[in-house]
Formats: sequence, structure tokens, C-alpha cells
Amino acid sequence: MATKSAPPRWDRKMQQRLARGEAAALGELYDRFASLVHGLAHRVLGDEEAADGITREVFAHVWEHPDAYDPRQGPLRSWMAALTHRLAVQRLRATETAALTQGTDAETRAEELERKVRHASVAARADYIVHSMPAPLRAALDLAYVQRRDYRQAAADLGVTEDEARRRLRLGLQLLSTAHDAGTPPGYGGAV
Amino acid sequence: MPRSSVEDTGRPLPDLDPVVPAPPALPHGVLRSLLGAWALAACSAAETAAVEEHLGECGSCADEARRLREAVGLLHQPESLDLDPALRTRVLATCLDRRPPRIPLPEWATPYDAETARLDALLQDIRDAEWHAPVRLRWFEGDAATSRRTTVAGVIAHLLSVDGLVAVALGLDDPVAGEGATGPAARTEAYWRASHFPPTRSVRAPWREQSHNLVRTVSFTGSGAGKLSVPYGGFTLPLHDAMLDRAFECWVHAEDIADAVDYPYEPPAPRHLHRMIDLAARMLPGALAARRQAGLATMSGTPHLVAAGQPGRSLRLEIEGAGGGQWLIPLDSPGAEGSAELEVAHVALDGVEFCRLAAGHVPPQEAAAGQLGDREAIRDVLFAAAGLSRM
Repeated sequence: MATKSAPPRWDRKMQQRLARGEAAALGELYDRFASLVHGLAHRVLGDEEAADGITREVFAHVWEHPDAYDPRQGPLRSWMAALTHRLAVQRLRATETAALTQGTDAETRAEELERKVRHASVAARADYIVHSMPAPLRAALDLAYVQRRDYRQAAADLGVTEDEARRRLRLGLQLLSTAHDAGTPPGYGGAV
Repeated sequence: MPRSSVEDTGRPLPDLDPVVPAPPALPHGVLRSLLGAWALAACSAAETAAVEEHLGECGSCADEARRLREAVGLLHQPESLDLDPALRTRVLATCLDRRPPRIPLPEWATPYDAETARLDALLQDIRDAEWHAPVRLRWFEGDAATSRRTTVAGVIAHLLSVDGLVAVALGLDDPVAGEGATGPAARTEAYWRASHFPPTRSVRAPWREQSHNLVRTVSFTGSGAGKLSVPYGGFTLPLHDAMLDRAFECWVHAEDIADAVDYPYEPPAPRHLHRMIDLAARMLPGALAARRQAGLATMSGTPHLVAAGQPGRSLRLEIEGAGGGQWLIPLDSPGAEGSAELEVAHVALDGVEFCRLAAGHVPPQEAAAGQLGDREAIRDVLFAAAGLSRM
């Protein structure tokens, strides 16, 4: 979980190394965040090649503007996620606007576009929340949702009490439900 | 007084049909705590019925239940969205093109950077149990195939231990602490021995941290780095060759791991493969001399000793495929120059096949090679190539 106080040492050092122009730092940044960035872009755009393009743009942006990230404002991870989201939604708007047929009237097209953008934003935010939530909550959700275990089995698998398993499932879903809350641009900072 | 079983009383047995018994009277707090499990359909039928009855009476629980049900809709089955390993190279190239780095990676460190990143991406994808999948490390010793059994995690521990040779040469922490072990095999055995339990996936983080630190540190050593050498126990390699050697080993063992867990794994990028082949080709004359000293050489007659830097009898090594090329290997003395005029034999083989030979994964007799000329010279070179391998 991110804390708003002292920025994590890794984030601070990474920002300094990028600002210094250290190619090795860029590689490490990629190794840490590429799957997050690519995954979010893919969730918004639903296309492998488009997600590759966004990944390239996100890392190029950070590398070219290392000072754009201020470690005091929050974790680098959230900042990268928000940047990815912004660029991916921009791309979605551009491609969808071009693709929408001429047959429908302008208002319907605009509504359709906004609906798609909203849908993609919530989905991407949800992915981010799942990936950033404390590992015990994620593990409980995974057991119940992916592996179809009931909460008693999940409790046994996790080696916790049944009370605790219920608590984790409820808390995990509560966190996840906040994906619906934030408007655009999404609030990647804060507690999750 | 002991209760008698209903079967013994003669009274009718209870009806088995009602699967959902009447909802137990659960307090509000318990019902509320069940909402997450309920939304995920992860509680018993009785509890489900109790929760649903409660939702009709309790507004705040009903609100939360609706939110949590919607949240379940945001979950999805994990997609195996493997990142294309080549994407890393493309993305980094774009970045470095737009803003040239002030502290670039030395050219000779890029294969290590790329191979460690590829292996790490593979490790990211494998499941907990697969870390304990058996792997057989294979190499050649004294012209005989040798092997050692370990696990996927044991292989990463091996890479961590041997990469540690470079770390120590650069003044970084030694992952094999407090042991007098020097060579790759001794260090690996020492590392394996030092832990009370067999290695687990927890070995990934220190391995990755060290590989990142190596790449970072050699970026700062700059042009003076060529003068540093890395002791391997029995021999030493200049730093830039040691980094190439580690890139090669990383790929070879990544393939071992990929085989063990049944994943596809591609050879390195052609320009990296070329550098690895070049390193092996440059090490062959020394390996041939060592074979002669050990009495393993089959070449008849006395070697035509030549002064250092003078042309000597040579074998033309033709490597086909991406990353290939041609190398003239001096046969009689490591100090001699390869010479096209004094070419006595010609071997052609595929680049990846040659690397597998040099890794001890293909016996020299079976290395699919087009051969022309002095058969004994060819045999010696192929065995010398296999002899470059080690644990």
C-alpha cells in the first residue's frame, strides 16, 4: 500500500537516476513497470499492437521528462498508471472518433464514445486496484473468483480463520468497487 | 444419558430433500461480514439464503451488497498476456533515440542486460510448484558428458552464485558469503549447501537485484573497465568477456528452465548471439592448447609451433544463420594468427547448434556439422568447443 508520507526510497532514487540520464535505470524502470503499463493499456484499448505503442510512449515520456514525476506527490507506480491511462484513453478517443460510422448522428456518436471511454476507464482502474491491493486480499479474491473455492476452503488454503477469509473477501471487493467512483482522470494515487 | 439415533427409534426418518434448510438466525454483524463471500458465491446455501433474506430488511447491507456484486463484475480470469520480450529492446531503443543517455550501457553489457530481462520475464510467468521442477545441468569434462541434478530454483541459485564472480570483481557484495569457493561449480555447491532448505522462488529477487546492479555498475566503470579482469578459479576473463560469458550462461540455463516447465524460449537477438559465438571462437585456441597439455588432443604429428602473432595452421569455422559469420581458428598455438592461406579444415554449423555444443548440451560427435579437410583437426576443435562448457 502506498503511503503519502516519505516517498519510497526506490522511487526517489529511480527519479534521480533517470534525471541523470542513466540508461541502466531506464531498463530497471521497464523491468518493474512494463507489465503494469502494457496490461492497463491493453485493458483500455483491447489491442496488442496499440498496447505496445502506448507502452513505448509511456516510457519515452518518463525518460524524456524525468522531472515530470515528483516523488512527494505519491508513488511512481500510481503515477505511471495514471500516465498510461491518460495516453491510452487519448488513443481510444482518437481511434474511436475516426472509426465511428457516419450513419449515426453526432450526438449518438459522442454518447457511444463516452460510454466506451467510461467502461474502459473503470476496467483499467479495477485492474490497477487488483494489482496494487495487499497480497493477502488479492490471494483471497483469486481463490474465490478464479479457483471457485468457497470461503471455508479459502480459509483452509490460506491458513487463516473463516472470519478472516470473509473479512478479506469483503475488504477486497470494497476496494475494487471504488473503481466505479472516480471520474476521469482516474485517481490512481491515494490508498490503493 | 446417551441419545439414541433416530434410525433406532422406529420414527420416520427426516425428509432429505430440502437442500436449503431454513435460514439460521444470524446476527447482523455476521451477515454483514458474509457480504463479500456472498457476492462471490463463496458461501454455503444456508448462508446465502440467510444473507438474501436479510437484504430485504436491511438497507445499508443491501446497498453494500449491490456495490460488491458490481465489483465482482470487474474481476476477470487472468489472461496470459505475455509481454513480447522483443518489446523491451524496441521500447528502450525508442527512448534512447529521443534522449541519448549521459551514462549509456557499454555495448558489451547489452547481451547480459537483454538475457537477464528475458529470463526474468520467464520466471515471472511460472507457478510456485514449477520452481521445484527438476532440471539437469549438463556440461563436458575431460571429453565426457557430465550432469548434476537440481531444480528451477537451484538453477537461479547457480546463476546468482556465478554472476557473483563478476560482482566481487566489481567490488559489489558477494552472494556466496564466507566461503573460500572460487570457481563456478565450487561456488554453486557452496551456495546450495549454505541454505538449510532447497532454493525456492525467493531466490529470484536477489538474482535479479544482482544482475541489475552489475549492469548499472559496469555502466559507470566506463572505458577503463576493459582492464578489469574476473577470476573464474582456474582462469580469468576480461570484464567485458565475463559479461558476455554470463549472458551466454543466462540464455543456456533459461533454456534449461524453459524445457523443464515446457515453455517456448527463443535464441538471443542475432547481434548478441554473434558476440557470444565470437567469444567462444576466441577461446577455442586456448582450449585446444589445454587439450594438448592434458593429452586429449588427437592431432597427429608435432604441432607446428609458431611465434606469437605469426600465421599458423587454421580451421575455418563457418557459422550459419542469424548472428553467424566466419572465424579462422589457429590450431597449433593460442598465440598464432588464424590464416586463410594455412587453412587445413572447414567446419560449418548453425549458430544456435554451435552454442549448444559450446554449452555442453550437444555431444561433439553429434554436432550437425558440414566438414571438409583434416578430420582430426575438426574432431579436436569440436571437442574443444564442448570442453568450453562447465557447470
